[in-house]
Amino acid sequence: MALLSKKDANLILDPLADNNPITIQVLGICSALAITAELKASLVMAISVIFVLGVGNVVISLMRNVIPSKIRIIVQLIVVATLVIIVDQVLKAFAYELSKTLSVFVGLIITNCIIMGRFEAFALGNGPWKSFLDGIGNALGYGVILIIVGFFRELLGSGTLFGIPVLGDPIGKTGLYATGYENNGFMIIPPAALIVVGIIIWVQRSRNKALIEEA
Amino acid sequence: MKEKLHQIKEKYKGKKMAPAFNAIHTFLYMPNETTHSGSHVRAADDLKRTMNTVIMALVPCLLFGIFNAGYQHYSAINGFPSEFSLMEHFITWDNFWLGAITVLPIVVVSYGVGLAIEFLFAVIKGHEVEEGYLVTGMLVPLIVPVDTPLWMLAVAVAFGVVIGKEVFGGTGMNILNPALTIRAFLFFAYPTWMSGDKVWVHGAKEGLTQAGTADAISGETVLGYLAQGNNDFSYSLSDMFYGFIPGSVGETSTLLILLGGLFLVFSKIASWRIMLSAVIGSLAMGLIFNGIVAAEWIPEYSKFYGLMSFEYWQHLLVGGLAFGIVFMATDPVTGSQTNRGKWIYGFLIGFMSVMIRVFNPGYPEGVFLAILLMNVFAPTIDHYVVRGNIKRRMKRLKTATIYPKVSGEVEELKTETV
Repeated sequence: MALLSKKDANLILDPLADNNPITIQVLGICSALAITAELKASLVMAISVIFVLGVGNVVISLMRNVIPSKIRIIVQLIVVATLVIIVDQVLKAFAYELSKTLSVFVGLIITNCIIMGRFEAFALGNGPWKSFLDGIGNALGYGVILIIVGFFRELLGSGTLFGIPVLGDPIGKTGLYATGYENNGFMIIPPAALIVVGIIIWVQRSRNKALIEEA
Repeated sequence: MKEKLHQIKEKYKGKKMAPAFNAIHTFLYMPNETTHSGSHVRAADDLKRTMNTVIMALVPCLLFGIFNAGYQHYSAINGFPSEFSLMEHFITWDNFWLGAITVLPIVVVSYGVGLAIEFLFAVIKGHEVEEGYLVTGMLVPLIVPVDTPLWMLAVAVAFGVVIGKEVFGGTGMNILNPALTIRAFLFFAYPTWMSGDKVWVHGAKEGLTQAGTADAISGETVLGYLAQGNNDFSYSLSDMFYGFIPGSVGETSTLLILLGGLFLVFSKIASWRIMLSAVIGSLAMGLIFNGIVAAEWIPEYSKFYGLMSFEYWQHLLVGGLAFGIVFMATDPVTGSQTNRGKWIYGFLIGFMSVMIRVFNPGYPEGVFLAILLMNVFAPTIDHYVVRGNIKRRMKRLKTATIYPKVSGEVEELKTETV
């Protein structure tokens, strides 16, 4: 017996590639630009969004029949805000340094278009189990891109991964630095994330021509 | 050889590598193809001719850059000659040799990497190799410091050609000037190699010392001195004009840039409107800053004082302003297309170059940033110029009195045309 039916599995797998919230729908770009200079921050951001979107989708889905449609945006905002505050408090309690790096961007998960988008487009019209899978799938799609971008930006910009030096010591000139290699300062500034995301979009669309929009 | 290339071309037609062969073929000879359909107005000034003209205008700057690289290097070690004579101190074999071994590798890497990427994309996309990189490849060595590590240059060229040009569709489709994209990438990625007082003279970064002392050599640009509020540099006005000052390889000699610019204007390759308005723009901004200093609105200890009090017209002699105006701003692809747009575009380039130069805290130069910024705005300027023209003509049409046609003449015309 398969754990998930084919339809349910697609809810998770689709947003990972062919319907990725960042590279195809181009949502949630602000945080992808802002916090991907380090892999650790990308990972924590991805986990936070998975939590918020997964739980939020279930909550909205459970309430979908009692929310008056006129005030649904406000209800959605309250749900997201509550979840984001939980994430923020947990981070402050257990990973204080990291919460300082992420600073305002944890709070800004509220404004992440992916979350409100999934509430509106999916959770309001589907049952809790499906909504949960959809939420996890979209948040994973977001997280995968964040981690890919974070990987390249941290590796090329700082020569580290998760804060561990992998290319040698830039000051003591060991490892790769002994050959004259230097860290690329461009990768640390946010515009680099835009270009990395652009390259991912480029590669993805040239591998799957069906994704290319008609001009 | 020519016949053989024609045969090779026929043989490989439709094959994957065909564009690569064709590129070499058309670069060396006139292609044997004729126009396939219809008749067209033909002129000799094709893309290749245009590119070659710009390269011809750039060659004097490159030669000067080679000599200057040597001159700055030896002068930094042995001290500047007290009585400078051109033949004795500048055009010497030592200067040429040192310049050649430092500058020519930059040229080779620039062309090698850039053309390799052009060929690669031509083969992947199946179109002909375009001549677009010929000028970019020559501009790049002229706008980087002499000691730029070659691998950095290779990375930057790859980035500039792919992200600056190929993703937009190749030659003629790019929004940003590729040479300046390369320069901007280098500047943001490796700032320690692109600014400061150690990068403009060959050997300074490695810590060479002055002859007979333990002092490390250095060569600050004129703008660098001014940014530190230090006005007593040893370069005279004529040094600045002829170009015997430290700076990026080919940007120092205002005289040769001026000659190259005149050549481009008279061969009608570059737009004189952009050049003239950019000069006016930079003078205007310079005058505003001089006015601020004269009115004593800014205290002498301000970090902007040195650059603001710099004589307004001397901005054109130092740094990359003249080079940028003549060879970069006039790029026909990324600049404005309409005549009125060119005036606005050029003026803002000059205006902003001097402004960024004064206010940029990390690096007292802003020409490449100003041109890139205006590259982005050029289509918008054109759009409003065209809209303005339409509006003006509509107005003229409304107020115009249209006389009824004389019927006799119309009759006559009809008989003629039938």
